[in-house]
Amino acid sequence: MLTKRIIPCFDVDGGRVVKGVSFVDLRDAGDPVALARAYDAGGADELVFLDITASHEGRESTYQMIAETADQVFIPLTVGGGVRTPGDMRRMLEHGADKVGVNTAAVERPALIEEGARRFGSQCIVVSIDAKQIPSAGGGPRWRVYTHGGRRETERDAIEWAREATERGAGELLVTSMDSDGHQSGYDLELLRQVAEVVEVPVIASGGAGEPEHLYLALTEGGAHAVLAASIFHFGHYDISTLKRYLADRGVAVRPAADGAPVAETEVPDARP
Amino acid sequence: MPPSSIDPRGPDETLEVVVVDYDAGNLRSVRRALEHAGARAIVSDDPRAVSAARAVVLPGVGAASETMEKLRQRRLVEPLLDVIASGRPFLGVCMGMQALFDFSEEGGSHPCLGVLPGRVVRFETDAPVPHMGWNTLDVVSSHPLLAGIESGAHVYFVHSYYPVPGEAAMVVAETEYGGRFASVVARDNVMATQFHPEKSGRTGLAIYANFVTLARARTGAAAGPAPR
Repeated sequence: MLTKRIIPCFDVDGGRVVKGVSFVDLRDAGDPVALARAYDAGGADELVFLDITASHEGRESTYQMIAETADQVFIPLTVGGGVRTPGDMRRMLEHGADKVGVNTAAVERPALIEEGARRFGSQCIVVSIDAKQIPSAGGGPRWRVYTHGGRRETERDAIEWAREATERGAGELLVTSMDSDGHQSGYDLELLRQVAEVVEVPVIASGGAGEPEHLYLALTEGGAHAVLAASIFHFGHYDISTLKRYLADRGVAVRPAADGAPVAETEVPDARP
Repeated sequence: MPPSSIDPRGPDETLEVVVVDYDAGNLRSVRRALEHAGARAIVSDDPRAVSAARAVVLPGVGAASETMEKLRQRRLVEPLLDVIASGRPFLGVCMGMQALFDFSEEGGSHPCLGVLPGRVVRFETDAPVPHMGWNTLDVVSSHPLLAGIESGAHVYFVHSYYPVPGEAAMVVAETEYGGRFASVVARDNVMATQFHPEKSGRTGLAIYANFVTLARARTGAAAGPAPR
């Protein structure tokens, strides 16, 4: 049976993780490779790196970081942030990313999704949607798409954009509720439900996880296929095995955390890319 | 190649596996997984390298028609068929599995390598397509490729099409997604998985280790790197 996925998300800047975690006891909590290995061992089903690096030099270290992580962690790896062209996608994939997340550039030039899907396959194009609820005159809630890390409002309706993005070839949607993000009071279930209703591809819920129940609700009532979470791990309240046990006890199919590493600590020659 | 003195195992014990490069992504992980299993992985699109290989992995993502087109453009079809016909260990992964069958219905009907009888068809289900994520194996017949792996093990899938083998005997494991499909097949020296073992954590690494063990045994004394 296909299982629901739990996906930790890290913000990275210049090849370093800038949102720390406390549940894993690491000498260097900013080391992406060490973190990725720890989460892999802990039962993470996938990893997402969001690159917030501004400088050109910093982006080179991001590629290096992707390569080093992909060399040691044998679960799917998605990298997003600052992807503007098929060339950017290619570089990330060549360095070991399995999927590339696009957000602002896809909203500004939706053909980017088609170009990426045609060249690399839909399966590696994740369209990330930042949505914020707007006041609507009756007829239920509506959401507007935001870009530039949530700083810029667009004219696009989030549900419409979700539909268009998948029609253009997105293989997955990462849907973040800006209203819920950071509040740890739960995902925006109505937003998730509406997106999941209009698209056929998997939906990853993001923004608002604070309690195990929030993940459960997103995966059941929200219709999401995966949950992305940062704070729930970063603040050390829950580890993945606890969350998975919680979900499994409530009838949600998950890959047991014990299925994660320990992968043998074999040192492989030629560790550099 | 680094001097053999650095490698405590010595070069003669290191199986060299050619990973076929036809611009289908994901090669880095395949190479690293093979290295993790103790093999030396050579990523190559050179028909001569494939012809000379002791063992071959055909990875892949993307569409069947494009895959076959790229294999033809790079003159890799004949070398691949030679390797398979000669009995050398061969592992197809995802699209590399689908390419082994007679034809694929992806984007019309495209002839594939025709090594295994059967066709490749699209999921007809209300569930999301592509089938993406961790799903379980149901082992239906014992095979050394799955040594130590039991039914219920989780592996990572990303695909919209799946193979329908023409012979039930080649099915090693099945997976449920809007119906059961063959997720691992094997016949003689040819083995294939619809999922990505290189993205399937511990279970996937075990599969590569099993392939390397099997390849070492089958290639016997010839397990060292090809003389050059």
